[in-house]
Amino acid sequence: MRTMAIVRRVLKQMVRDKRTLALMFLAPLLIMSLMYFLFQNNTTQVASLGVHNVDSQVLKVIKTKHVDLKDYESTASAAKMIKQHDLDGYLTQKNGKLTVTYSNSNPTNTSLIKAALQSGLVKLKVKALAAATKTQQRVLVKQQRALTKLTTAQTQATVTKLKMALAQAQASGNTAAVKKLKRQLKQATSTRSTSQHVSKPTSYTTQAHYIYGSSDSTFFENFLPIFLGFFVFFFVFLISGISLLNERTTGTLSRLLATPIRRSEIIFGYLIGYGLFAIIQTFITVLFAITVFKIHLVGSIWLVFLVNLLLALVALALGIFISTFANSEFQMIQFIPLIVVPQIFFAGLIPVTGMANWLQVVAHVMPLYYGANALTDVVTKGATLGDIGVNLLILVGFMVVLTFLNIVGMKRYRKV
Amino acid sequence: MTTNYVEAQRVSKSFGQHQVLDQIDLTVPAGTIYGLIGPSGAGKTTLIKSILGMEAVDGGEVHVMGTLMPNRAVMAQIGYMAQSDALYETLTGRENLKFFGQLMNVPKTKLAQMIDYAANLVNLTTQLDQRVSGYSGGMKRRLSLAIALIQDPPLLVLDEPTVGIDPELRQQIWAELNKLKTGGKSMLVTTHVMDEAERCDYLMLIRHGIALAQGTPAELKQRYHVETIEQVFLKAGRLQDANNGNR
Repeated sequence: MRTMAIVRRVLKQMVRDKRTLALMFLAPLLIMSLMYFLFQNNTTQVASLGVHNVDSQVLKVIKTKHVDLKDYESTASAAKMIKQHDLDGYLTQKNGKLTVTYSNSNPTNTSLIKAALQSGLVKLKVKALAAATKTQQRVLVKQQRALTKLTTAQTQATVTKLKMALAQAQASGNTAAVKKLKRQLKQATSTRSTSQHVSKPTSYTTQAHYIYGSSDSTFFENFLPIFLGFFVFFFVFLISGISLLNERTTGTLSRLLATPIRRSEIIFGYLIGYGLFAIIQTFITVLFAITVFKIHLVGSIWLVFLVNLLLALVALALGIFISTFANSEFQMIQFIPLIVVPQIFFAGLIPVTGMANWLQVVAHVMPLYYGANALTDVVTKGATLGDIGVNLLILVGFMVVLTFLNIVGMKRYRKV
Repeated sequence: MTTNYVEAQRVSKSFGQHQVLDQIDLTVPAGTIYGLIGPSGAGKTTLIKSILGMEAVDGGEVHVMGTLMPNRAVMAQIGYMAQSDALYETLTGRENLKFFGQLMNVPKTKLAQMIDYAANLVNLTTQLDQRVSGYSGGMKRRLSLAIALIQDPPLLVLDEPTVGIDPELRQQIWAELNKLKTGGKSMLVTTHVMDEAERCDYLMLIRHGIALAQGTPAELKQRYHVETIEQVFLKAGRLQDANNGNR
């Protein structure tokens, strides 16, 4: 009854606060749309490479859709040319030696040029190799022809010789010798046929299959589940933390505690009230992703809701917990770079398994790590409740511990 | 039920090195208005919070309605009005009353009736469905008082109830408090306003955490040989300073 009174009050306050509602429900959609368009266009990055006095066959192989070549007559230094023409790199040739200078103001463009140069040079080498092989092949074929001629003549000689010996042996009635000679004859004729067998090189082709997603999969689809979790975590953390902080600074918390309410009833009222908004937020963002961006959801949508609800409850408890260390809304905002931003690094944007050992330990104390992992597994791999059960249990653990701390922490304001 | 609504014995409380309350004895019988007067920082609010059970005392004990505090259940029998208005600004007056009524275990069937009663008492009936953010300071104060009355408690603890309320309304509120008193309720009131102190049945003068004097207004005036409570207040303070902080 008293918990429900808190829930109803939280809902009423939220509904009346139109700006916060808009922030919670529309801001994720805006960010998601932006991300969608940003990650769609990541293949058209072009680096500009100035060239001077470079062989045309080299230029032909370097040129890709990621590297734009510009030929310059000037003999000025590479550094000067890069600065003057705002280039990402400058390539010159002296005899057989290629020298490249990178601007390196944008590492992505540097690596684009590097890749183009490398693959271009490999192409050239393969071409040279192929030419050499061709001439070798011609010589080999000639030799082979001569060899076959020779061997046929040889075999023919052996065969006639054997046939003569055979006739002799048959005439003299030596059956053992006949048998032996017949075998030799068979061998001699068969070698002729084997020597004509020419080996053919295998030509390899590839066919790609994708277990998750398709060849059209973009970064957006990989990151989306992570961001679904992050939005809920971030907004719920902020809003619940600030609302309890407000309750403290305006004195209503102390006033609440002058009633027979239990401390746990306040905390649970908050959990239920803001939990409902978190569910609505998840519902809107997931629906938006599926209908507008046609995201392929492999797993169950209910599991997505379940994970997000747990994440929201952890964020709520964490927000309430952190708010006890803040004395104003501004101080609460200061906890965002400390508590929320680091979580996103460990949510799967950067593979955790490739991190330094101590960083992996850090990752395992981040609630978002478990939540985002579970969401990614459900959305892209179709994980079932059993597959993500451990992650969910850990989230529940976070929630239980934080909620307990919150209930105990409220003792600061009332002793019973 | 005991006839004394509040019994506090040798209540002491300190925050770190600072002694806020020093062996305070206080008894509020049924049907009285008990005034706590003293300068800011004297420990009035701390004493009130100790009586409510929100603050743990270092020494001594407090009984409310015969029950040792802190006790959560007894809180439903105390109507509390805090020094600062603790209201939900985005909610209307009625919603604030309803919310606190629910927390105070007012039965659903009685709640609407109690809201009307409390609002009528503080003259807020017509503005009850406006949001509190649009209320004036005086209206907020009155709503806070109405919230303290929502569960019809036998004991009211009012921390500076008339701050920011115009004289006319202050008269009304005191008339109302007297009416409640004749109905058998007791009130523990802190105040700065000396003419309000005169209206109390019983007074305690508190300064630097020490109860300097207790008694009816008439007794106090007689004891210090002065005409008004204000003079009692000043004289007691000077005597305390002359005695190096003791009485």
